[in-house]
Amino acid sequence: MEELRGHQPLGGDAGTAPEDEGGTSGNPYAGLVSRLRAAWLSGRTRPLEYRLAQLEALGRFLEEKKQDILEALDLDMRKPPFEAEFSEVLLCKNELNTTLNNLSCWMKDEQVDKNLATQLDTAFIRRDPYGVVLIIAPCNYPIYLLLVPLIGAIAAGNCVVIRPSETTKNSKRLAVEVLPRYLDKDCIAVVTAGVQETTRLLENKFDYIFFTGSPSVGRIVMTAAAKHLTPVTLELGGKNPCYVSDTCDVQNVARRVAWGRFFNAGQTCIAPDYILCSVEMKDKLVPALREAITTFYGPNPQESPDFARIVGDKQFRRVRALLCSGRVAIGGQTDEKERYIAPTVLVDVQPSDPAMQEEIFGPILLIITVASVEEAIDFINSHERPLVVYVFSSDNKVVNQVLEKTSSGSFCSNDTLMQVTLTSLPFGGIGSSGLGKYHGRFTFDTFTHHRGCLQRGTGLEPINTLRYPPYGPHKTGLVRAATTVKRQGECALL
Amino acid sequence: MKDEHVDKNLVTQLDSAFIRKDPYGVVLIIAPWNYPIHLFLVPLIGAIAAGNCVVVKPSEIAKNTERLVAEVLTCYLDSDCFAVVTAGVQETTRLLENKFDYIFFTGSPSVGRIVMTAAAKHLTPVTLELGGKNPCYVSDTCDVQNVARRVAWGRFFNAGQTCIAPDYILCSVEMQDKLMPALREAITEYFGPNPQESPDFARIVGDKQFRRVRALLCSGRVAIGGQTDEKERYIAPTVLADVQPSDPAMQEEIFGPILPIVVVADMDEAIDFINARPRPLAVYAFSCDSKVVNQVLERTSSGSFCGNDTLMQVTLTSLPFGGIGNSGLGKYHGKFTFDTFSQHRGCLHRNMGLEAINSLRYPPYNQQKLGLMTATFEIKRRGMCTLL
Repeated sequence: MEELRGHQPLGGDAGTAPEDEGGTSGNPYAGLVSRLRAAWLSGRTRPLEYRLAQLEALGRFLEEKKQDILEALDLDMRKPPFEAEFSEVLLCKNELNTTLNNLSCWMKDEQVDKNLATQLDTAFIRRDPYGVVLIIAPCNYPIYLLLVPLIGAIAAGNCVVIRPSETTKNSKRLAVEVLPRYLDKDCIAVVTAGVQETTRLLENKFDYIFFTGSPSVGRIVMTAAAKHLTPVTLELGGKNPCYVSDTCDVQNVARRVAWGRFFNAGQTCIAPDYILCSVEMKDKLVPALREAITTFYGPNPQESPDFARIVGDKQFRRVRALLCSGRVAIGGQTDEKERYIAPTVLVDVQPSDPAMQEEIFGPILLIITVASVEEAIDFINSHERPLVVYVFSSDNKVVNQVLEKTSSGSFCSNDTLMQVTLTSLPFGGIGSSGLGKYHGRFTFDTFTHHRGCLQRGTGLEPINTLRYPPYGPHKTGLVRAATTVKRQGECALL
Repeated sequence: MKDEHVDKNLVTQLDSAFIRKDPYGVVLIIAPWNYPIHLFLVPLIGAIAAGNCVVVKPSEIAKNTERLVAEVLTCYLDSDCFAVVTAGVQETTRLLENKFDYIFFTGSPSVGRIVMTAAAKHLTPVTLELGGKNPCYVSDTCDVQNVARRVAWGRFFNAGQTCIAPDYILCSVEMQDKLMPALREAITEYFGPNPQESPDFARIVGDKQFRRVRALLCSGRVAIGGQTDEKERYIAPTVLADVQPSDPAMQEEIFGPILPIVVVADMDEAIDFINARPRPLAVYAFSCDSKVVNQVLERTSSGSFCGNDTLMQVTLTSLPFGGIGNSGLGKYHGKFTFDTFSQHRGCLHRNMGLEAINSLRYPPYNQQKLGLMTATFEIKRRGMCTLL
């Protein structure tokens, strides 16, 4: 049964339960938000030294509490320590180090080109924080998807409220009880909130909201944000198609796709959701996938220590219900006690099957046959735009054709998942898979307001008189000359 | 439009990693009436440049411009890809029920909320260029004549119907006394002794707007101007002295040729005053002392900032233009307009071969693989010694 009340504080003020901060408005989080806003107005979070200190403290949390993190993730969803260490700790540290290495550079005022009229002025873009920002994290990578936005929010100089997922209880307890010991509690607060409380939380005015979760909740978040004109980044989801052309190395494809699909038992927003390929390719892929799965997890994956479980009972039942789609070619076994669903491949899936109606978010890989790459492209384009489009082909022309004729948050050819290991690539969705982007410098930019600044001199007034009334043709000509941006390549006889 | 190649890690060294600028699809631009050509064309330029199809909805209040846009623009553009719709309030609500791939709206904060709420139903990204009260702090150390001219220009241009016009002045009581004659002189220089007769001074765009602005005149004390002529929708270039925070002129964006002066004790009080209010499109600060200008810049938050002048920041296409908080979200002008209407798609092209390297990441997992994965993927904190 989902927790409706807050956490149990570990002495002091670790985390914040709704009843601790009752404001006169009746909104349980009003007190917290106004406390953070006061901290924000004090200017404390703005100096580079402060931000670096908080970020380095985050780094110490990841170092010192690594074992606790791995144990929590094991308890929450039997996430294999290898996967946890790679995806939740290492990738997170990479984001942290990218930020620590570059922050002073990112923070600098960016001088910009000036026109004739402003030649003697100073024109630059100032990176201002937004103020008090809210980060809502999901359950599938409960540490990574909480901390990576937090890194950017702190780096950008904001005060932050973070709301870890309620579903992964052990990870949540770490975020609520242990993480705050490392950070400045006056400026960074961890709140626990189930569905009801999150609705109350969203009634407050935040200066930015960063949400990772489902499209349906994304709509709710954006609607709440609209009341306060709060900008948002929504990292949502969808069905990521994976087109496999006839010209490919079937063994390699099978391994790379299986890895991407079954990592974290399929609970990855960028996992390949379904394969599109020809009938011939399907016949080659299925045995290759079977071989890959056996190589990865052994003959009985339920006994493998390297295969995770579904995160909760509700989610388990939802994914299990998708199994009655098409025909089970590989796997299909389940164990409700363990929330285990075997690495499964379904073939002959119809567009009307349950597995094609929603994002799978589980260890089930569908194969849908198409006649050609054009039909695959049409299929992709007739569905909601996903977080990722994957293509496997030895033929670059095919890869580029799919890239150019589809639209998605990201794109990866001849592999899965790997695009997110590059902090230099923007990560985000489009359409119902989301809006906004982050990772690396893009996270810093997400939580930063780019303020256009012009500093002029107090003298030199004669130049300005060109623009003042009374207006006349001589003035118009000169003003135009001083401010016009010419089309390059046009001759001008001076 | 070019693909932007990005840094790669050790593992992806042989791959191709880049950012592709994709169009969003079908985008909607809703324009306001105060600069009815500029404020629909500039977003349209970016939307076309980014490769989108566009629906443009010009303002129905600026009727002649609306007709011009609806009848003439389509002669110049591909009508299969670009459409102009005319729509009043009701029809715009219906228009917003449709799914667009991006919505660019310029207008008031209250309508901005309605647009964003409608966009949320389709998870449509938005840019909202809204408004607010742009404060103009004038310190005691300044060239009063120049300040008066620059502020008057910014305030009375387009009869004050400019989203980035200085909305109100914050200054000491001594500076108010000095500014007043200087403003009077500037207004006379610009518009003559009777501005109603000057060809260089605009009118309020509509009757409803005229009545709204006229009602703000009963704030503080009329020091300059104050005359109105309903037939012409004329409101004289007006300066109000001793305006209180509770006065009508301080409750909403003025968007007319009225300049209130609110007296504050010092710069700190001015900054507190600014920060106690919704964040504006622009903060202006006038001072010969650059320390003062920088303090105002650092301790306030706004879409843009300009020291020692008004409006000029928008003549630079290299500066991002947009609001924050109540004054809006998103930014445009120059490349920023192109970027607004582009989706930045992260792309990675890997090799079909070279599978041996990948096997490090596959189960069955072991410590050795983890060690090698860490070594190949990790990004180190610079400045930490590593003995190799």
